[in-house]
Amino acid sequence: MSTVRDWAEPNPVTENRTGLIGKPVDRYEGRLKVTGTAPYAYEVETPSAPLYGHIVSSTIARGRITAIDTKAAESAPGVVLAWSHLNVPEQAARGARINPRSQRGANPALASDRVEHYGQSVAFILADTPENARAAGSLVRVAYAEEPADLDFLASLAKAGPAPGEEDARVGDFEAGYSASEVTVDGTWFSPLQNHAQMEPCATTAWWEGDKVVVHTSIQMVKGGQHALAETLGLPSDRVRLFTRYIGGGFGGKGQSYDDLTLAALASRASGRPVRVAYTRQQMFQATIHRPAVQMRVRLGADRTGRLNAMAIEAVTHCARNAPFVEHAANFARNLYAAPHRLTGHRLVRLDIPHAGAMRAPGEAPGMLSLECAMDELAETLGLDPIELRIRNEPEVDPDNGKPFSVRQLVRCMREGAQQFGWDRRNPVPGAVRDGRWYVGMGMATAIRGNFLLPAKAGLRVTGDGLATLTQGMTDIGTGTYTILAQITGETLGLTLDKVRVELGDSDMPPAPGSGGQFGAATAGSAAFETGMVMRRRLAELAAGDPASPLYGEDPTLMDFANGNIVLGNRSASLAALAGRAGPEGVYVEGSISPAADARDWSQHTYGAHFAEVGVDSVTGEVRLRRMFGVFAAGRILNAKLAKSQITGGMIWGVGAALTEANPVDPRFGSFLHQDLGGYLAPVHADIVNLDAVLLDEADDKANPMGIKGVGELGICGAGAAIANAVYNACGVRLRDYPLTPDKVLAALEAKGL
Amino acid sequence: MKPFAYERARDVDHALSLAAANPGARFLAGGTNLLDLMKLEIEQPSQVIDVGRLPLAEISETPSGGLRIGALATNTAVASDPRVRSRYPILARAILAGGSVQLRNKASVGGNLMQRTRCPYFMDSAKPCNKRLPGSGCSAMEGLAMTFALFGASEMCVAVSPSDMSVALAALDGLAETVRADGSVSRRPVETLHRLPGEAPQVDTDLAPDELILAVELPPPPEGGQAWRKVRARASYTGAIASVAVAGGQVALGAVAARPWRARAAEEALASGASPFEAAASELAHAAGEEGRKALVRRLAADVIREAREGMGS
Amino acid sequence: MLTTIRVNGVDRAADVDPRMSLLDFLRERLDLKGTKKGCDHGQCGACTVLVNGVRINACLSLAVMHEGDQVLTVEGLAGEEALHPVQHAFLVEDAFQCGYCTPGQICSAVGLLAEVAAGQPSEATVDLEGPVVLTDAEIRERMSGNICRCSAYPQILAAVRRAAGVAA
Repeated sequence: MSTVRDWAEPNPVTENRTGLIGKPVDRYEGRLKVTGTAPYAYEVETPSAPLYGHIVSSTIARGRITAIDTKAAESAPGVVLAWSHLNVPEQAARGARINPRSQRGANPALASDRVEHYGQSVAFILADTPENARAAGSLVRVAYAEEPADLDFLASLAKAGPAPGEEDARVGDFEAGYSASEVTVDGTWFSPLQNHAQMEPCATTAWWEGDKVVVHTSIQMVKGGQHALAETLGLPSDRVRLFTRYIGGGFGGKGQSYDDLTLAALASRASGRPVRVAYTRQQMFQATIHRPAVQMRVRLGADRTGRLNAMAIEAVTHCARNAPFVEHAANFARNLYAAPHRLTGHRLVRLDIPHAGAMRAPGEAPGMLSLECAMDELAETLGLDPIELRIRNEPEVDPDNGKPFSVRQLVRCMREGAQQFGWDRRNPVPGAVRDGRWYVGMGMATAIRGNFLLPAKAGLRVTGDGLATLTQGMTDIGTGTYTILAQITGETLGLTLDKVRVELGDSDMPPAPGSGGQFGAATAGSAAFETGMVMRRRLAELAAGDPASPLYGEDPTLMDFANGNIVLGNRSASLAALAGRAGPEGVYVEGSISPAADARDWSQHTYGAHFAEVGVDSVTGEVRLRRMFGVFAAGRILNAKLAKSQITGGMIWGVGAALTEANPVDPRFGSFLHQDLGGYLAPVHADIVNLDAVLLDEADDKANPMGIKGVGELGICGAGAAIANAVYNACGVRLRDYPLTPDKVLAALEAKGL
Repeated sequence: MKPFAYERARDVDHALSLAAANPGARFLAGGTNLLDLMKLEIEQPSQVIDVGRLPLAEISETPSGGLRIGALATNTAVASDPRVRSRYPILARAILAGGSVQLRNKASVGGNLMQRTRCPYFMDSAKPCNKRLPGSGCSAMEGLAMTFALFGASEMCVAVSPSDMSVALAALDGLAETVRADGSVSRRPVETLHRLPGEAPQVDTDLAPDELILAVELPPPPEGGQAWRKVRARASYTGAIASVAVAGGQVALGAVAARPWRARAAEEALASGASPFEAAASELAHAAGEEGRKALVRRLAADVIREAREGMGS
Repeated sequence: MLTTIRVNGVDRAADVDPRMSLLDFLRERLDLKGTKKGCDHGQCGACTVLVNGVRINACLSLAVMHEGDQVLTVEGLAGEEALHPVQHAFLVEDAFQCGYCTPGQICSAVGLLAEVAAGQPSEATVDLEGPVVLTDAEIRERMSGNICRCSAYPQILAAVRRAAGVAA
């Protein structure tokens, strides 16, 4: 096993001689996307004309199907088949695994008469056209025996239990430390249930080739999808070929497969035809995962100088009754601020609603909405600038475990951000700045998000035409994977980008863990880098051993790669010629990355600071962003343009979380109030005014051989808190109940007599 | 979507005769609301009469100095019309505050008037809703939706009209001109085109099944300033939490009733010298509902009236 | 019913179910899958196409309503070699991530430029009686009917500015 010291040697990426690393090149697949020719899962060409599936959803939260009548649907125009739990083909039991290396268990659809949440699949129609399938779906008649259900999170707090397998993290004696503190803050924040609302609904196109099923589906994890389907169908994994080449947004919500995948595969087998199945937008809300609501009690105790003496975040969140998931809203605090007395932990309420799951920056995204506002309150109580308060609490080592930081530029993020944003123009007195009928205020918050490296592989082929083709069972969910892998491969082999091809999203390719947890770039990228290094060695050995090569007989370890050639002194051999002579298939190698044995001896995170200026309408309580700026430190940046897009995208998610996004469960039905994009308010263009970010120079030599880290989730962390703090600075209203919608702001203004 | 017969009307008479022959038919203009509801099977017409190509899109001067806006003028066309922009700026502003450009390019004036509520319980066919399924109950009454009627609601329904445009039209004393298959022409104030829910919330308007809106007629604008404002959580592309249109001494409130709500009490108060705040308060004294929402509408109405008076508006 | 629509300059005739949306007609009958289905209810803008030069949501229109209409989709924007200036601007400014809303955004931006040239106002227009100036606020408001969940809004703004020839 390698150690981080093995990564310290200079390598082609860290030397970056041709400058591809960091270069703001256009997206590799950009031309396909701007011309509408990138085929998403529902859109791939099928071997013959497809049939269309439509899923029928339950309208109760919990209970049993006592009768289901699909006869009218079966005899409707164009209908090929109609399934319920009574006649769906046999599938493995939920969670079953026959393949020992499966990452996921079986995930059967229409498996029984049980209904476990509103919107669960209860029937499936296959028809000749989408119109006929959907119309027939409404002819299915279902009778239920409803059972009592727990649907109201806040009304069920008393039922909260420990998070499975977890204990509270206690350092010192929080209660004693808190009560002995000179200055305290004690508040309870609420972050509501939110939906991913990816623009592309979940969709699958499936067909069978003999005893093997080919599926194109929209999923972030190639192997996860392949294994789940194989287990569901009771097949060896190699009889499921899964493609996921273009994905219309994931954000964690497509980390798993859903019934579209299962039912498309089953229906294709039953009908002998290719089948397309897509979720409706309403089903996306009701039948995929969501970010659960979190209630967070935060208590801070400090001395008069602002040094934290005690810090607690006690989070209560929820998940589906039979699908444990914990939104770890308190964990980030353990690494962010030091205090001698600390308490952080989570409690879980089991509800009969759809599954809770990971959504962009799970944990930090809701969690920082509490602590970073509590710090703002503490700063105000102490009469300190919020940045100064944080600097006074900046730890020397990771407060959670005493480990040294690999690199931590949090203070620099705050200082540079303050300078560029004009933080010194902030009036610390709330409500002091007006612009017409608008109260105007500024707020800031920090950002922290972990960095991760997972095992991954990649394949690389160099062919006689001089092209290098990287293949990986990895995904690009809009994050830029195609592009950065091309840049890494090009820089490693000394090739220009026009000589590099990247192919992703195929379960037959060397596996990578997929996109999630902002581990994608570091993980897939490091595997691509290592594979490039394997290729360098292989090609150098070929050059040394090939009598036709100008470098015949030379020492391969001294050879360099540049401009499509292997170079030694003033002699060179072209990659194209070497690969061409090696055979018609060229040269193929595989490589892999694994976490270094000692990687966890350092605390590795990405950091940032957000600055926001908002207006609050003094008449109506509407909050509008006026400008927002962030400074971030996230290792070496592979592509300045794409990294910034990731970061600003995350910041905008923070704007949504702060101001508009929430989906309450209607406790009478178990359904979400909002089941479409007209009701669930993701930010639109007009919400996002003058928003920008910069990324600091950084290289984290403890992270991976390239010193890169993830950027996909960092931008959302803390962003909403900066906005809430700006709202307070604008109008003096502290709201701890997100989102800060006009009704809440206005009620608070009225309560203040404003 | 339930199967339906599609018929493109050759002319107005053809459209009316088709409608008269089939009470289950619906007129289709831009389709932005009707097709939305048909996909959800909230509307299930047996026949769709496409009136979209009838020559009813003209915007013209009236002899009295007002404007006649053909029912098939698109929302965009109305908001872009120089006469509307200069003489009825609140109409342009209200239209531009609704939906998106794509929707406004397709949506017609007549269709905008006829659009149905966007109450989330109405939009979800799995839920009880007296407007959608008479007698099934009202899920919104004890529900989670934020936007419910402050005026004119009944025990049966608290839904509000989602139209921004109608609010401006009501403030401007707009009239909807309709024709029926028997040739009879009617003119109804936009203000009262929609019924209050009462005992029959399933009936949105008094229009007969064979009655087609031909045009909206605006009298000359009233003396005095005009102002419009719409409150919403998101900065664009979302419905109003509340809106206010003011034209001189005429005030209409949006998203507070099943119809655009002419604030007659406020108008009377203004006429007798009350301040904008007093006028708004006198209107809200008649409102039923949650205090926060009343406070919002009161504050908003007062401020928009003030703005119109000060000539700052539009 | 038999319907003929001129799509990207070519007459396309098909016997269509009256229920079929223009969007599904493009995607399923003509295999023009560049136009995306994000919500199917006019609430996202991913299906935006230009009909007779005007941008609309293809999901909220029936194919049969468009007999004889000229429809321009994302597939019809680029020339043989060169991208349409708006497509090029989106590519260069990185005005997309996952790419799913992108064809709709691009068609919307093409429509936007024509609307501004025609002097049509928006909610962001300060003076309804004056000329329309393509400020950032105007672009943001006019592009608000196209949701981008990846949230490439700052880059989309830059792309529209670039395509319009407006300096930042």
